[in-house]
Amino acid sequence: MKVALSLIVSSMVSLAAGTEPKTKLPNSRADLLRGEKLFQVHCSLCHGPKGEGGRGPLLTRAKLSRAPDEGALLKILEDGIRGTEMPGSPSLSDRELRQTAAYVRSLGKVALRPVPGDVVRGAEIYRGKGGCARCHSVRGEGGVAGPDLSVIGESRSAAFLRESIVNPGAAVPEGYLLVTVVPTSGPSVTGLRVNEDSFSIQLRDAVGRSYSFWKKDLAEIERERGKSPMPSYRGQLADAELTDLVAYLASLKEAK
Amino acid sequence: MRTLVWLFLPVAMLAQVNVPYERIRDANQEPGNWLTYSRDYSGQRYSPLDQINTGNVSKLHIAWIRQVDETDTFETSPIAVDGILFVTEPPNIVEALDAATGRPLWRYRKELPNDLRLCCGKVNRGLAILGNTLYYASTDAHLIALDARTGVLRWDVTVADYKNGYSSTGAPLAVKDKIITGMAGGEFGVRGFIDGYDAKSGKRLWRFNTIPAKGEPGNETWEGESWKTGSATTWVTGVYDAESNTVYWGTGNPGPDWNGDVRRGDNLYSDCLIALDPDTGAKKWHFQYTPHDVNDWDSTQTPILADATVAGQVQKMVVLANRNGFYYALDRGTGKFIAGRPYVKQTWATGLDEAGRPMRVPDAEPTVEGKLIWPSLGGGSNWYSSTHNPKTGFYYVNVKEEAGIYHKGDAEYRAGAFFNGGGQRNYKDEEPFGAVRALEVATGRLRWEYKLHRPSHAGLMTTAGGLVFGSNLSSFFALDAQNGNLLWRFETGGGIDANPISYMNQGKQYIVIPAGHALLVFGLD
Repeated sequence: MKVALSLIVSSMVSLAAGTEPKTKLPNSRADLLRGEKLFQVHCSLCHGPKGEGGRGPLLTRAKLSRAPDEGALLKILEDGIRGTEMPGSPSLSDRELRQTAAYVRSLGKVALRPVPGDVVRGAEIYRGKGGCARCHSVRGEGGVAGPDLSVIGESRSAAFLRESIVNPGAAVPEGYLLVTVVPTSGPSVTGLRVNEDSFSIQLRDAVGRSYSFWKKDLAEIERERGKSPMPSYRGQLADAELTDLVAYLASLKEAK
Repeated sequence: MRTLVWLFLPVAMLAQVNVPYERIRDANQEPGNWLTYSRDYSGQRYSPLDQINTGNVSKLHIAWIRQVDETDTFETSPIAVDGILFVTEPPNIVEALDAATGRPLWRYRKELPNDLRLCCGKVNRGLAILGNTLYYASTDAHLIALDARTGVLRWDVTVADYKNGYSSTGAPLAVKDKIITGMAGGEFGVRGFIDGYDAKSGKRLWRFNTIPAKGEPGNETWEGESWKTGSATTWVTGVYDAESNTVYWGTGNPGPDWNGDVRRGDNLYSDCLIALDPDTGAKKWHFQYTPHDVNDWDSTQTPILADATVAGQVQKMVVLANRNGFYYALDRGTGKFIAGRPYVKQTWATGLDEAGRPMRVPDAEPTVEGKLIWPSLGGGSNWYSSTHNPKTGFYYVNVKEEAGIYHKGDAEYRAGAFFNGGGQRNYKDEEPFGAVRALEVATGRLRWEYKLHRPSHAGLMTTAGGLVFGSNLSSFFALDAQNGNLLWRFETGGGIDANPISYMNQGKQYIVIPAGHALLVFGLD
């Protein structure tokens, strides 16, 4: 078998899933226990051990916006979600996928707790005291140094957002790498790595200017793994302000 | 004048297509042609052409491009015969292209059923030619014969039933008056085989089952009935030694891939090199690289027939850098292990014993929770070709330095459905990388490496011009075969998943690589 297996497995099974008008998930205790085990191995790292969310969205809700029915849920488990950090799980068998989906659905039966805090006050802190818009954008407005936050409430839990504000280095998105390149002649440049291969590297600096270097022209490439250019807000915002800011960020979702 | 010739003498030109067996056997007498998958029967993917060389390769530039219609991965290795390139394109197209201009001469397209069972896309790796007939194995597991002059279908035979998970992706091998082909489907619990067909009629003359049936030697290496769904497929082209009349062909992973609990035993002849008599399909010997594989480390890649001096004696070897992370040199007459060593980081074996059998590290196998093991399921290298240059004496391989977190899962067989028994998660704590490595043929010792930012999934070709051509991501490049220095590179703009070839036309040498969804051909002024 080849490396490309995962992609193809995904498309095969999704095809199979899509041909079934009504998909029923298994519901025996043994299936749910097996589903929970698989969830712990494949899903909990991002979605939390009980589906409470983290790097990935919380799953303890009755309706999952991207998985309105069981067929869609199975397809997501199998394929992942393109353009997001959600990978597929092509190694799971059809039965394992269904068991995992059944466990995910069982999480939605737990009553959902609302995110505490005041969304309006949080938006004011975002634009004002927090200065977040200098680096982040929401719906086309703001800076370009940090990730766009227009729908950040879809993908991150409130707890994860809070942690990422006080400890940004612990919440660096996948593929987000700060790099400083030192040319053999000319000034150094620090920015986000936007592309790299064996021969060249491309960066974007804090104001959105792009740079491209041949590696043969560089004396050094310093990769700052796990580091974020974002400052910590620990001690900069009062606890209540932090709660409001998180409430605002958690409210940023796709327009319905 | 050239246009005039083209307009008025096409029939005369096409009628020249005639490649009897002797031309393939003696391929070194016509270095400007590429007459079989690896150019000649040795599997070396070595071009004796030297017009493009270390002194002028920096001036190499694009000569022409042929775009393809479909977006499946483009893995073909063209055949070049007397001014014509024969190419397979996804999903199931064969084209003849004028080797000077890239203009098509004819096109054949086979319609495919829409319920194929494929692990890895509608890929195809090339053709065989014999006489004036082209042969290719279609994705739906048919063997097809086309008139090489016109693309008209001569015959179409079913190799296996695609509905049970069988498919075909590799180029057939023409040997004497027979067409030898493998098959694919290692993730569907198929039973592997290598077939020999009469080149004229398409009649199947023999089949070597890569999993012995009950009562046959080797069947005892499969627990219970697990041999019936044990895979051991044969999806990359083998090689042939005319001197001893032996075909060498690799076999794939046992099924299910990652759950070995349901198939205890060595699982012969999975992950083996098989030496066959091409006249009868009878096995001469086998060597198993990974007994009881639980990591999906197929051993299907094209082996290389190479001669090397050991203790003053020239030894005839068959060598390869296996997906399991070890390089192996075998005696090609007997299959006896000569030497072997890791060529990438590996953590599943403490080494190879005197017979070449890996000494496994306890518990280095997939678990439900996931087990970190080097190399990844992609292997230290994969299906794409390594290459051997008789002038430098080196074996060159495009390696992956990468780990995987291997999972064990369900292993319930249903005909035509995936039968994986687990899988692999990416290991993210270390960034994977690649390299082109030059190894000593006789020992596998590293002589030089050219490091690459990411692992490649593409093959190499070496030439008498002192070059090694290779790919990384979307870059195509040339290294100095002696020391690995980078001499030339080209950004193709599309991922490369194929092997280079070279040919001569009207006195000019060309280098060919499929990249993205196009065939790129390079030359000098």
